[in-house]
Amino acid sequence: MPAVTTVSAPLRTGLSPAGRRRAAGLLLLLPALVALTLFFLLPMLSILLDSVTDPEPGLANYVSLFTDGYTLRVLGRTLLVALLVTVAGLVLAYPYAYLMTLAGPALRAVMVTVVLVPFWTSMLARNFAWMVLMQDGGVVQGFFRLLGLGEVTLLGTTTAVTISMTQVLLPFMVLPMFSVMQQIDRRLLLAGQSLGASPFGSFRKVFFPLSLPGVAAGASLVFVLALGFYVTPALLGSPQSALIAQVISVRTRDLLDFGGGGAMGVFVLVVTLAVLGASRRLTGPGAAVGAAHVMAGGDR
Amino acid sequence: MTTPPSDSGRIELTDLCKRYGSGPLVVDNVTIDIASGEFVTLLGPSGSGKTTTLNMIAGFTEVTSGRIRLGGRDIAPLPPHKRDFGMVFQNYALFPHMTVAQNVAFPLRERKVPKAEIARLVARTLELVDLADKGGRRPDELSGGQQQRVALARAVVFSPSVLLLDEPLSALDRKLRQSLQQEIKRLHAELKLTFVFVTHDQDEAMSLSDRIAVFNEGRVERVGTPADLYRDPGTRFVARFLGESNLFAGQVRPGGVYEWGGHKWALPAADGSPERDLVVRPERLRVAASSADVPGEANQVPATVTGLSFQGTHQRIELDYGDGVTGTAVLSPDAPGADLRPGTGVTAYWDPAHQVLVTRN
Repeated sequence: MPAVTTVSAPLRTGLSPAGRRRAAGLLLLLPALVALTLFFLLPMLSILLDSVTDPEPGLANYVSLFTDGYTLRVLGRTLLVALLVTVAGLVLAYPYAYLMTLAGPALRAVMVTVVLVPFWTSMLARNFAWMVLMQDGGVVQGFFRLLGLGEVTLLGTTTAVTISMTQVLLPFMVLPMFSVMQQIDRRLLLAGQSLGASPFGSFRKVFFPLSLPGVAAGASLVFVLALGFYVTPALLGSPQSALIAQVISVRTRDLLDFGGGGAMGVFVLVVTLAVLGASRRLTGPGAAVGAAHVMAGGDR
Repeated sequence: MTTPPSDSGRIELTDLCKRYGSGPLVVDNVTIDIASGEFVTLLGPSGSGKTTTLNMIAGFTEVTSGRIRLGGRDIAPLPPHKRDFGMVFQNYALFPHMTVAQNVAFPLRERKVPKAEIARLVARTLELVDLADKGGRRPDELSGGQQQRVALARAVVFSPSVLLLDEPLSALDRKLRQSLQQEIKRLHAELKLTFVFVTHDQDEAMSLSDRIAVFNEGRVERVGTPADLYRDPGTRFVARFLGESNLFAGQVRPGGVYEWGGHKWALPAADGSPERDLVVRPERLRVAASSADVPGEANQVPATVTGLSFQGTHQRIELDYGDGVTGTAVLSPDAPGADLRPGTGVTAYWDPAHQVLVTRN
């Protein structure tokens, strides 16, 4: 490879070993940097530019975001759904992840698989399955009737969207929690009891605080992902209960209002970054990496 | 941290057994009576049941049968948090999300001690373990030795009647281990609590304990002071586990004779059973160039020197008695023997008063 030789020759003569290592590191990063710049950074800048120039220069797009009465309502609904999905996910995932730490290797592998099934299933297949389950006269409705909740219409409502999103996003909640909980030394619980705390008190004062980084990582991951959901609300919800991603899609694809759509996109991005920043404050950068590690199958 | 009333720290284990499922007994009829304020070590190799016994005392492991009494009261039905024992774990088990002071305050908070009192007790106990200036640190900012001292402080701050220590020094390097041994000894002298200490390290057990209970395969082989157990181990296992020994598996013969490998030795005292091993501790053994140099009343055996090492305060000589039996002699540095070479044939001898018989098991 002659090209590589010509590049590295001057490096070898001109740089200290550490500097050369760094130069080699940068070289390895180059393909990713080029791809990110071309396919991510430049389009982002173009969206940002559009949002302040299209149709005319100024902040009008952003002003109308907060004044047209519609966008703000959709944003509010999106944030609410994301919050509901996060809270429901927390309630479901915490005990599940905790049980995973107690389970033996075989049962644990089964539990990881079960939680990852929705993650591996095609997005469309999963959503159509939910459509069948939640349609009028469907299984879920029958279940609600059995419980004496009467006729509940699910399809086309925010409830249907929330239920389905909670299911899809559960792995993102369970795995970071599990990854953190697994590293907690269970003997700390015994230590707590030997010092006078009841088993539950020991859990609450020792295990729970130590598991919080995983909780924060899972919650922020799910919240951020929920903000951008498009297919699920489009299929299971209705235009009346649209979320921000659908509105952005309508703006850009149907109305060709790139400026307005761009402003919404930028706003969602700002909210996302704020949430991630806050979560990073709480947990340090490690938790999300741990989650990625578990997802990649490094823990089976 | 007041002196507990005389009997409150007495622990009586009576016929204590532990069995998992239908498996064998991992703790087999253990009976030990630990006096209030005593330092007792449960010593044994891994898997000998010592840790299981400690966990039953602590309440972490359910008792299969037998009784555990504290100050005369049966504590078997009490959960761990109601037993009021301090416990120190091998891996320190400090709460990483709390500062040192918060860790030490934890047992006091659980007992709803008033705030001012907590502050006073925490400060005093941290001073006791020489960490008065580290209260605001996180455990992971401290060295291993400091962390274990925090764990000690946390386990004694609420004035328990008993302190349980589960191999607390085994995670530390040798030098730290020695300084913490001193620390533990000092704490025991100052607090006058009952200490139940689990270890597999015989040196640790010998230097710390008032009494040692030697565990083997779930049973207590012997209980006694370190000096008693060393002088009169009683069983082959204890002789091998506590200190070094020259151990000959021969036969007791009638008429005050012990026979091993064709050698006949004087045997002043025996309990009647022929099946006994004869043990001579290394410092009781002498080495002579030939049997002509051996005093008349001594027992003697020919041996081959296999190794020599000079250790400053003493010299060690590794000996091979043939038949696969090996042993050690520890001699003073200026005793004859320094001129020996590996391979030299010598005569090992000892005063019959210094040999002991042990049972075989």
